[in-house]
Amino acid sequence: MKGKPSHAFSTKCYKSDIKPIWCPGCGDFGVLASITRALAILQVPPEEVAVVSGIGCSSRIPAYLNAYGFHGVHGRALPLATGLKLARPELTVLVAGGDGDGFAIGGNHFLHACRRNADITYIVMDNQVYGMTKGQASPTTEPDWDLSQLTPGGPGMNPFLPLLLALGSGANFLARASSSDPGGAADILVEAIRHPGFSFVQILSPCLTFQPEQRKWKKMVRPAPVKATTDPVRAAKRLMTDDNFFVGVLYQGERDPYEESSEEVTCKLDSLESEFQLPGLL
Amino acid sequence: MIQERLSITVAGSGGAGAVTVGNTLLEAAGLTGWYARLTRSSGPQIRGGEVAATVCLSSHPIQSEPTHCDLLLALDWKNISRFADEMVLNRHSMVISDPAQGAVPDSIRDSGAHYLAMPFKALAAQAGGARPNMIVLGVAAQLAGLSRKSVEQTLEKTFHGDRRFVTGMAGVDAGIAAALPVNGLDLPSAPTPSRAERWSITGNQAAALGALRAGVRFAAGYPITPATEVLEWLALALPKLGGEFVQAEDELAAVNQIIGASFGGVPAITATSGPGLALMMESIGLAVAAEVPIVVIDVMRGGPATGIPTKSEQSDLNIAIHGLPGDAPHLVMAPTSVNDCLDTTHWAVKLSEWLQVPAIVLSNQALGQTRMIDNKPAPREWATERKVPDQVDGAYQRYQLTPDSVSPMTLPGMPGGQYTAEGLEHDESGIPSVRARDHLHQLDKRRNKLAEFDYGDYWADVEGAGSTAIITWGATVGAARELLARSPEFDGGLRLIALRLLAPEQPGPMAKMLRGVKRILVVEQSHGAQFYRYLKSGYDLSVRMRSFCRPGPVPILAVEIATQLQQWDSS
Repeated sequence: MKGKPSHAFSTKCYKSDIKPIWCPGCGDFGVLASITRALAILQVPPEEVAVVSGIGCSSRIPAYLNAYGFHGVHGRALPLATGLKLARPELTVLVAGGDGDGFAIGGNHFLHACRRNADITYIVMDNQVYGMTKGQASPTTEPDWDLSQLTPGGPGMNPFLPLLLALGSGANFLARASSSDPGGAADILVEAIRHPGFSFVQILSPCLTFQPEQRKWKKMVRPAPVKATTDPVRAAKRLMTDDNFFVGVLYQGERDPYEESSEEVTCKLDSLESEFQLPGLL
Repeated sequence: MIQERLSITVAGSGGAGAVTVGNTLLEAAGLTGWYARLTRSSGPQIRGGEVAATVCLSSHPIQSEPTHCDLLLALDWKNISRFADEMVLNRHSMVISDPAQGAVPDSIRDSGAHYLAMPFKALAAQAGGARPNMIVLGVAAQLAGLSRKSVEQTLEKTFHGDRRFVTGMAGVDAGIAAALPVNGLDLPSAPTPSRAERWSITGNQAAALGALRAGVRFAAGYPITPATEVLEWLALALPKLGGEFVQAEDELAAVNQIIGASFGGVPAITATSGPGLALMMESIGLAVAAEVPIVVIDVMRGGPATGIPTKSEQSDLNIAIHGLPGDAPHLVMAPTSVNDCLDTTHWAVKLSEWLQVPAIVLSNQALGQTRMIDNKPAPREWATERKVPDQVDGAYQRYQLTPDSVSPMTLPGMPGGQYTAEGLEHDESGIPSVRARDHLHQLDKRRNKLAEFDYGDYWADVEGAGSTAIITWGATVGAARELLARSPEFDGGLRLIALRLLAPEQPGPMAKMLRGVKRILVVEQSHGAQFYRYLKSGYDLSVRMRSFCRPGPVPILAVEIATQLQQWDSS
């Protein structure tokens, strides 16, 4: 960056030189492009961005970005990011991963991250399948999807509705985007990152290897016909009735974000220790 | 007969106020110059279950559990049978109860203890509606020779001088009066006034304080018996110090939150017990691989599974040392006394920060939930800090191979230091790698940084120079220490080796400590001889060894260790 003004970060500034392991046609390429674009719009210095992930194809994304990153264990990205954000509130903290990582093994953390409302942005690249383990059903897979040996005849359970779950858990910013439109997804991410508190963005990101039907998604997605509501009741109704292909910011509430303790030191350790001191002998 | 110490147990149903009596006696004893120790024994039921508070007084610092009970005051006899194992009564003991609460149970009557009936409830009613436990407090204070003033001052603090204080003192006075005609307790020699600064603290509080002294400013945790008090104290203290505490949704979240905070540069800790530790193991392995310093305090309880949550054991040694998948070198350490919870935790944080590795601190219920009046330890300092570069010049390699195998760690916010902390095997820059060479280099690095570090003398305590060594750790160190103090008559003499650093092994320093040792008794509170087996496999010990292991919940006593040695002598 030598010689350039520090406020001019191009999308390139946020890319690392590591080549992604993703299959040709993977939606995650589009998501990667939308993240670098969003960061360039926001002009956050790369060293002030931290991207935390778990395990899965999409969770490889931190290494492909020029930012601080943490590629942790399966399903625990949200608590790791929560700890980081509360310890270092000035950082821009993004969490990225897939539907298995976020809604199956990490499901409990998803509910509680929505509820806690710490100021982090959660990007789930939803392809309704476990790609890295070669194609098993995830919590968002259709009940009759029968392409996996682990669930012959299909998982037989209805898929989660992630946005609705998030709403019910207290999330305050809900959006859906599509990897086929990185520009549109970037604009949504900009809003999500700017939103104070927890923001959840479900990005439809097809896996052409194990879910070839998802090739059609590109034509099925369309902008949500109405603007984001601030009313959770209306949001619930919309999310119950939409066909999962409307993209845009769908709900933006006004709940205060989780407030970390002040960094101000109001007491010395010595005086805390004095609580254990015995008074003088009688 | 003048004995070393006096042991008083107050028992009753949960909510009857036995613990209040115990706490008050402890603090009143402290005000009068005694060293004292309070252990609480309780079952799983919070209200109406069984509770016993045992206070021990001595003119010297107290190392271990009492061998027998001098005075048992029973508020009622409900569920008393659940304590029978833990309460040793004999013909020197005195038992006092309220006849209105029913007949003395057979086991207690048959112990040979001297029995006295005292109508606690009726006395309480006469004393203006005081609670019966205040009568018991007065009786205990009188029989232990504690001044009325010391009780009064303590109660005033407890009840903030409100109405309960006034009625409470009326009860105490009635108790003192009722006990005046009673004599027969052998009191220890009175304490000599000491200039040493004393404090009243539990092991759990001391551990929390040690963490703060070491610079911890972030903690996360999920409630679990018997570790919750570590978290409670941190939750109150951290915000005042500009730090942060988070109650997590589970232990998986707690450990990952502290990993996140530490990745951000803030030293971080959590506390849990066996079941929680089991949940955390995968992510502790992540901290090994990604080289993120964290400290996990495990306040051990009886296991396996839910086990005996309110009682002590040392049976998490195996999981703490061997529980991580893969070859995952990390630190395991254990405090050797209630006071030592302070310094061992402090040391754990400092080592963890310097070595960029997780440390598991194995405390247990007997250390964590025991309150002591003891000398306040002099503050210790360790100069080790995390190796953070001031700035980054050129290409930064997070997992760079260095002479001491510790790589400089940048923190988010530092320009040019961007990297991805990696749980996958990686090369020096942190890029995932499946190459044999990278795997070997990083495995070597993670092992060598621990193996080649000089832990100094603090890694173990040696006391005595005899040819029979007792090697032990954690809460059982106290019993061994007491044996050394009392029984110098063993042939060839005794030597106590108390390990504070359990992993990695220290073969060189251990060999030095064992010079002149002819036999070793390994003492531990586990059913499976976990520590014995660990020593056998981790050290080259060529002398005769025996294991004395016994599970919880009853603490191991000095007299049991003595019996083991006598049996060994005669076999």
